Amino acid sequence: MTSIGAAEDRALLDLLERMWLIRAFEEKVSDLYARGHISGLLHLGIGQEGSAVGACSILRDDDYVLGSHRAHAHALAKGADPERLMAELAGRSTGYCAGKGGSMHLVALECGFVTATGVVAGSIPLGLGTALAGQQAGMGQVTVVFFGDGAGQAGPFHESLNLASLWKLPLVFLCENNGYAEFTPLSAHTNIERLTHYADTYQIPSTTVEGNDVLAVQAATEQAVELARSGGGPSFIEALTHRPRGHYEGDQAKYRELSEREEWKEKDPIARFEMYLEQQNVLSEDASEARTIEADVRQRIEAVAEAALDAPWPAPESLTSQVLAS
Amino acid sequence: MPKRLYAEALVGALRRALETDDRVHLMGQYFLGLTEHRELMVELREDYVERVYYPPIAEVGYVGAAIGAAMAGLRPIVDIATASFIFQAFPQVVNEAANVHYMSGGQTSVPMVFHFNQGIRGGGAAQHSHSPQAMLWNTPGLEIMAPSTPADVKGLVATAVQSNNPTAWVDHVRLFDTIGEVPDPDYAIPFGVADIKRSGTDVTIVASSFMVVRSLAAAETLAKQGIDVEVVDLRTLTPLDEDAVFTSVAKTGRLVVVDECHRRCGVAAEIAALVAENALGDLTAPIKRVTALDVPIPFSPPLEEFVEPTEAKIVEAVSEIAG
Repeated sequence: MTSIGAAEDRALLDLLERMWLIRAFEEKVSDLYARGHISGLLHLGIGQEGSAVGACSILRDDDYVLGSHRAHAHALAKGADPERLMAELAGRSTGYCAGKGGSMHLVALECGFVTATGVVAGSIPLGLGTALAGQQAGMGQVTVVFFGDGAGQAGPFHESLNLASLWKLPLVFLCENNGYAEFTPLSAHTNIERLTHYADTYQIPSTTVEGNDVLAVQAATEQAVELARSGGGPSFIEALTHRPRGHYEGDQAKYRELSEREEWKEKDPIARFEMYLEQQNVLSEDASEARTIEADVRQRIEAVAEAALDAPWPAPESLTSQVLAS
Repeated sequence: MPKRLYAEALVGALRRALETDDRVHLMGQYFLGLTEHRELMVELREDYVERVYYPPIAEVGYVGAAIGAAMAGLRPIVDIATASFIFQAFPQVVNEAANVHYMSGGQTSVPMVFHFNQGIRGGGAAQHSHSPQAMLWNTPGLEIMAPSTPADVKGLVATAVQSNNPTAWVDHVRLFDTIGEVPDPDYAIPFGVADIKRSGTDVTIVASSFMVVRSLAAAETLAKQGIDVEVVDLRTLTPLDEDAVFTSVAKTGRLVVVDECHRRCGVAAEIAALVAENALGDLTAPIKRVTALDVPIPFSPPLEEFVEPTEAKIVEAVSEIAG
């Protein structure tokens, strides 16, 4: 099988690199957490990189992205600087939020990452607003709001679907369905099997894709974004994925079946994509290019972590600033 | 100077905001509650069809949408109608709007206004009579304005619309029928500047919103009894003009705080605490609070009157310490 073409190859390798960057970042975060360098409640999205990278890969710089509480991947996929992000997780003054936000409240406005939220479904209504502002500006800006399947049972989710449909907002609802709302399987919280069912109810075009297939998410998002940019209103993408780790770092996830962990190995979006790239001859048989990409990003993340931990703590004087805007 | 109804001044202020700033959008269709004055909004809505939204009754959704729009550069003014309904939107108001400027290290701001009609309006009972300003005051990151006159509502709205903060506009349906002089030219009243609505020497009353009107009426009654009351209208709770309160208390030595919130942890409790902490030496009598009682607001008219801070209760409280 011949390779797809140099430019296309590069674009595919960029997707791989971005997924590796996020994986390496989060594995480093986990390591720093275990060693006590990062504290607080920490939700990792290891294994869910495909949906964030696939969706953000086709967005413009001026498009808006809002994340969930598991949002490191969303921010990094939209182009956030890993060093400022790591510094924020470490509570340092050089972090994006000057150490005032932390993992669940990330904001990287410079690249269009509007906000994460510590509240399940909390950022979905806000996404209506950025979409509304984009609609009013008339420049074709779209908003993608990420949330998990746990948000699907919350009131703000439903009010937002209705409003987005009613006002034909340029908004992509991107549900990362990893099957667990915190510690509980989706089936224990709703009789609805596919979250797209909700979208259908509100007359929002929807699709369910394999979320660990980065290209499937990319294709679905491309269609949704095209519709939104052309004034066609919102879309809903349910990306089926898997969370191999617990709800938070330290969660032993004993509610999980052992078989799920085995299944995960086949579902890993990075391993899966590398296999695809080998089949497409974008990677050679030994996947040496992928190993180089992985080694490079891991090295970069080492430097990022070192710089973050070397950065100063916030000064006490900063405590009372930024309560109100000037 | 022309005299205007408060309701007219309110609508005029909204119109001016829409006229002068393209980023201003109105969300919600009431603003004037269910009063007859709501007809004043019709023309405004027709003139600015593109910037006036009629959201469904889904407060967490549309208030959240307005907050998100503000984060992306618009300046929405949202009407939550009866203040009790702000609880439906609390997740977005308290946990998103108020926090995000701080949480983002100053990257994001939320330049918007939440309008609601608070307080006892007669027969609203427990689910339509809340005064949530104390709860909001307990939330860092919000500005709070509570005008009491047609002139003040015009000037404070002008400031609120240009503020880069989420601003709660505490309003009251019982103000809509009041009349006052309103200067024609544009003007803005800065936040954090209280206004002495009545100058006096014997007792200071501190109040805001409709309680200023009641306090002024009580002051007239008290004047006939030879008690000269000074009425300090806070106008904004955040920022708070503490100095104006301290200055007046230094002059009179006596303080009555009138407030429609419940007594426990209400606005009056905070004002009383501030004066006790900072100006105890100026006091010649105990501080008195006239507030709603600590029960849900009841429906039956005599029960409602028993619970609310009436003019008679203000007169009584002032008389007790006027000594």
